[in-house]
Amino acid sequence: MTAVLQVRDLRTSFRTDDGIVKAVDGVSFDVEKGKTLGIVGESGSGKSVTCLTVMGLNDRRNATSSGSVLFDGRELLGAPPEQLREIRGDRIAMIFQDPMTSLNPVKSIGWQLEEAVLVHNDVTRSQARARALELLKAVGIPRAETRIDDYPHQFSGGMRQRVMIAMALVNNPDILIADEPTTALDVTTQAQILTLMRRLQREFNMAIVMITHDLGVIAEIADDVVVMYAGKIVEQATVDDLFERPQHPYTWGLLGSLPRLQGESERLYQIPGQPPSLLRPPSGCAFHPRCEFAFDRCPVVVPELVEFADGHRHRCLLDDARRLQIWEQKKLELKGEAA
Amino acid sequence: MTDPLLVVQNLKKYFPVTKGILLKKEIGSVKAVDDVSFSVARGETLGIVGESGCGKSTLARCVMRLLDPTAGTIVFDGRDITRLSRSQMRPIRRELMMVFQDPYASLNGRKRVGFIIAEPLEVHGIGTEAERKRRVQELLEVVGLNPEHYNRFPHEFSGGQRQRIGIARALAVNPKMIVCDEPVSALDVSVQAQILNLLKDLQSEFGLTYVFIAHDLNVVRHISDRVMVMYLGKIAEIADDTTLYSEPRHPYTGALLSAVPIPDPTLGRKRQQIVLEGDVPSPINPPAACRFHPRCPRFREGVCDVDEPQLRPFGHGHEAACHFPLERWPMTADEVADAAQPIAS
Repeated sequence: MTAVLQVRDLRTSFRTDDGIVKAVDGVSFDVEKGKTLGIVGESGSGKSVTCLTVMGLNDRRNATSSGSVLFDGRELLGAPPEQLREIRGDRIAMIFQDPMTSLNPVKSIGWQLEEAVLVHNDVTRSQARARALELLKAVGIPRAETRIDDYPHQFSGGMRQRVMIAMALVNNPDILIADEPTTALDVTTQAQILTLMRRLQREFNMAIVMITHDLGVIAEIADDVVVMYAGKIVEQATVDDLFERPQHPYTWGLLGSLPRLQGESERLYQIPGQPPSLLRPPSGCAFHPRCEFAFDRCPVVVPELVEFADGHRHRCLLDDARRLQIWEQKKLELKGEAA
Repeated sequence: MTDPLLVVQNLKKYFPVTKGILLKKEIGSVKAVDDVSFSVARGETLGIVGESGCGKSTLARCVMRLLDPTAGTIVFDGRDITRLSRSQMRPIRRELMMVFQDPYASLNGRKRVGFIIAEPLEVHGIGTEAERKRRVQELLEVVGLNPEHYNRFPHEFSGGQRQRIGIARALAVNPKMIVCDEPVSALDVSVQAQILNLLKDLQSEFGLTYVFIAHDLNVVRHISDRVMVMYLGKIAEIADDTTLYSEPRHPYTGALLSAVPIPDPTLGRKRQQIVLEGDVPSPINPPAACRFHPRCPRFREGVCDVDEPQLRPFGHGHEAACHFPLERWPMTADEVADAAQPIAS
């Protein structure tokens, strides 16, 4: 177990006209070599900002960050831009939700891939091209030899995402950060991309950080999971623990609101209300206004992230016995659907 | 099915592909919808699923008469609306409304919510201004928004709330049928659940009929009574929802089902996925005979690429267009590939 990336007490806030927004508020996690960490949460939970901060991609003019991001023994937070540029795209690569806006529409994908090779390596353009071609084949682009000179608009959404993955893999990165890479894709294409990511992870022994709002995707690909709500981690566990013994009411809500293929349930469980505004987050536990199990302490006491079992942490004030009892009940409801 | 609300027969929509700027020469056509027939009963929800480019949105737009069909007939509430003019369509639009996918693009950002929801009422000349205002406030409440939001602008709402505004607008004129084109695809899972529950509640409250389009089989299952699977402009399979999910016959339906992520890591590791290779081919030059054959795990040379399969019945309104229908479900990828004898046509 070697952590390639250690994030400790990461905080990022943005200055806005209406006040300070604490987008990430004390987040800590490890990313292990060859493993996949899933970060799950609703829009605005801070999952993307966490990763942008790790990559040093926040707008320096109005974002302030503190904490520590240790990559391979080096501190990334506050490192000079030149140093970060060296690491970005070389040791840590990132892919985004919308491949169309991440690719340059007026350059051929071959040119863009070569660029990614040339920036970090002292090679000739023809060597770079060979590398680009090799990667296009690795990510399963059919007829790569001819398609390398095509432009992004000539590719479908799934193929563009493959090109993005190829570009991320150019320099055999240690970590691939994927920000909702399959959200804009069809289920069949999503299955292809997830299979591809799993295969490439094995081949390159790379760590993946997968950001998504879909627990289904998490179950498919993650080894460890972090559940985020209002800029904080509310639950942290291995994927099996998270689905077998989820501890936080928010995780229960996310599990319950998934439409399932099995089952005839008439109504989906819905988490009431909206994610809170981070300008004025609720007092105490940020989830309490939407939590059906909230009691008198919840609006007053800010819960800490407590270790419930080995490596399984949660941020909830309910006592363990009560929580266990509620989950047993919930599990029956969910399984009852499945039966 | 007695007295269906919507009957679509042999609907075709071809878009011409032209070459040249001045003298546009037609060099082919995109067969977006190619000979599709189905009906929707009153109070029923028909789900339509398929990958991008399978023609499901074009089909919806033809039904709405936002596009003119190339051939075929559309009968809505006993009346043939296929060739009606704009002015003839106007009274019918009161009964046939639509909810769109992108809640950001489908609301006018410069108009207040009250105006947006009241607009259909105004267009159809329903009520006085005061009555309309009351109706809008009532609608805001029905879709779970605060009536005080009457004077706000769309940008002040989240994605889920905007979709509620879109639904309120569709409801304003008491339609009989609402066509929902991927209404929850752009939303977070937790918000999806809210919108799906809302649509279900509204259906039982107002006796609505839905045509519900999505690419996510989970979502469709949750809301539909019957589900139609489309591939490249054709119907691959149609069945009631329990049957489609427990006994799919078309290998494409099987592949779609197995592609859905299972929110349970233990079950997920055990199951065998049928991962389809490649993308949906171009509808300009669709594959011959069975359009699915280049990607089909059951493909048999000399049959699938020669003879186009027709929809055939499997009982209880279940129909599928395949020469080698699946014998059972679930099946492993190997079992699927190991096709039995073709069904005699």
